[in-house]
Amino acid sequence: MAFDGFPIGGVAAIDTEDGIISPGGIGYDINCGVRLLRTDWTADEIVPKLKELLNELFNQIPSGVGRGGQTKLSKDEMLEMLAKGSKWALERGYGAKADLDATEECGWLKQAEPNFVSDSAIARGRPQLGTLGAGNHFLEIQKVEEIYDEKTAAAFGIEKPGQVTVMVHCGSRGFGHQVASDYIKQMENKYGFSHLPDRELVNAPFNSELGQRYFRAMCAGMNYAFANRQMIVHWMRASFKKVIGTDYGMRQVYDVCHNIAKVEKHKVGGETKELCVHRKGATRSFGMEREEVNDMYKGVGQPVFIPGSMSTASYILVGTKEAEEKSFGSTAHGAGREMSRKEAIMSFRGEKVAAEMEKRNILVKAASWKGIAEEAAPAYKDINEVVKVSNDVGLGKAVARLAPLGVVKG
Amino acid sequence: MKYKYLPHTADAKFRAFGESLEEAFSNAALAVFNVMVDTNNVKGQVTKKIDAEGTDLQSLLYNFLEKFLILLDAENFFLAEVKKIKISGKEGSYKIAAEVLGDDAAKYETIGPQVKAITYNDMVVDNEKGNCFVQVVVDI
Repeated sequence: MAFDGFPIGGVAAIDTEDGIISPGGIGYDINCGVRLLRTDWTADEIVPKLKELLNELFNQIPSGVGRGGQTKLSKDEMLEMLAKGSKWALERGYGAKADLDATEECGWLKQAEPNFVSDSAIARGRPQLGTLGAGNHFLEIQKVEEIYDEKTAAAFGIEKPGQVTVMVHCGSRGFGHQVASDYIKQMENKYGFSHLPDRELVNAPFNSELGQRYFRAMCAGMNYAFANRQMIVHWMRASFKKVIGTDYGMRQVYDVCHNIAKVEKHKVGGETKELCVHRKGATRSFGMEREEVNDMYKGVGQPVFIPGSMSTASYILVGTKEAEEKSFGSTAHGAGREMSRKEAIMSFRGEKVAAEMEKRNILVKAASWKGIAEEAAPAYKDINEVVKVSNDVGLGKAVARLAPLGVVKG
Repeated sequence: MKYKYLPHTADAKFRAFGESLEEAFSNAALAVFNVMVDTNNVKGQVTKKIDAEGTDLQSLLYNFLEKFLILLDAENFFLAEVKKIKISGKEGSYKIAAEVLGDDAAKYETIGPQVKAITYNDMVVDNEKGNCFVQVVVDI
């Protein structure tokens, strides 16, 4: 196969010593990711209040195009947030320390350097913190449908079928996109692109000044997305508290990233090497022995989340040693589209999709009907097949399946 | 025809046409916004100035269209009309200056996903005199 670009759903691990870093291999939505909370409620307890809950979530957490966040940060606040990620959010009263303990990198990339970020990126990011965005991003209230591995599920706080979970899928909004775009331009100017089969493959040596500047600006983008999800989860809890009366038991299972580059050690041809692992539409899937795995999951393996499309199941998996050997510790990140958005909008009517979902007891709330149409389930590959492949190949072992009850889509 | 959308699995792809490169660039800007909103409904309430540069026509187009995404995210701006537009310079150093009209995005019902980035993926700038077109894939 000719290598003419980075696919969505790809991993490129490149030697840090004499290798490169490429924004196109990470994706524009830096640290697009998924966060999952477990709860003590059963579906029976939540369903009667579901509509009210979705309305409250929709009102608390801005979504869609052209709708800014609850607060517009000052530039100084923004720079501090970019340096500290979830830690910044925690210091301002969003969520609990336990959330950070259950986040990849504890929600804080210390290599982040906000001064390597352009004014345009800051201008795009300031009004959008604490917003869901549009497209395939969503909030979902789910129930556990089936548990495949009880012991691991219990370690993740997943106890029984019918138990309610809450998921959020979003990223670094316009900020991450601008960081990627800014550095693509700088790399083109410095290193050229005429020798590349696709302009998106532009790169810089990892250890060059520009490579390091991009890496550290990208880490600021990671922090933006972590802080964003931290704030959103805070408002999700507030919504439950308002409608149900309490948010007791809404504990974070984990937060995983699926558009990132990280410096990790892996075995290549029997030799341990330091690599810059680009994961674009791919989720880290580390087994129980990796030192990067958060303390609470040492001896278990990290949780991996593979969300389905709107109205279909999502999965909890656990990272494996096999993934470290086969895919630099990575697995899939979602269902993947099969039909274009325009095609989906032509093929499905949002009102009808929502009505059909309601017949199956799944409620959906979105800023626009077209938004529902473009995310209709038949536009995506079958998530069950995607997870089956991951499970069978050993890239991530299935732990539990989650079925949607209610969706707020951006 | 000002522009037409082409099939693409994950993102939005379009061709924008014009007798001049300026017209094709203007129509490309409208095509970017028409992914999100019916631009015919957007009122020309506020005026914005756009300046961009590029070493070649592709980077000029990329940088020009990207300015609109910054305006959208930073100032909630939806485009209604490109009022004035001028491309100058030559290979190695192009410049574009435009004056555009639009309105606050929050006032309008959106029809589709948010355009998050311009890409170089499959980009074409065809500068044939009297019959120009540009092709762009935008990340949504």
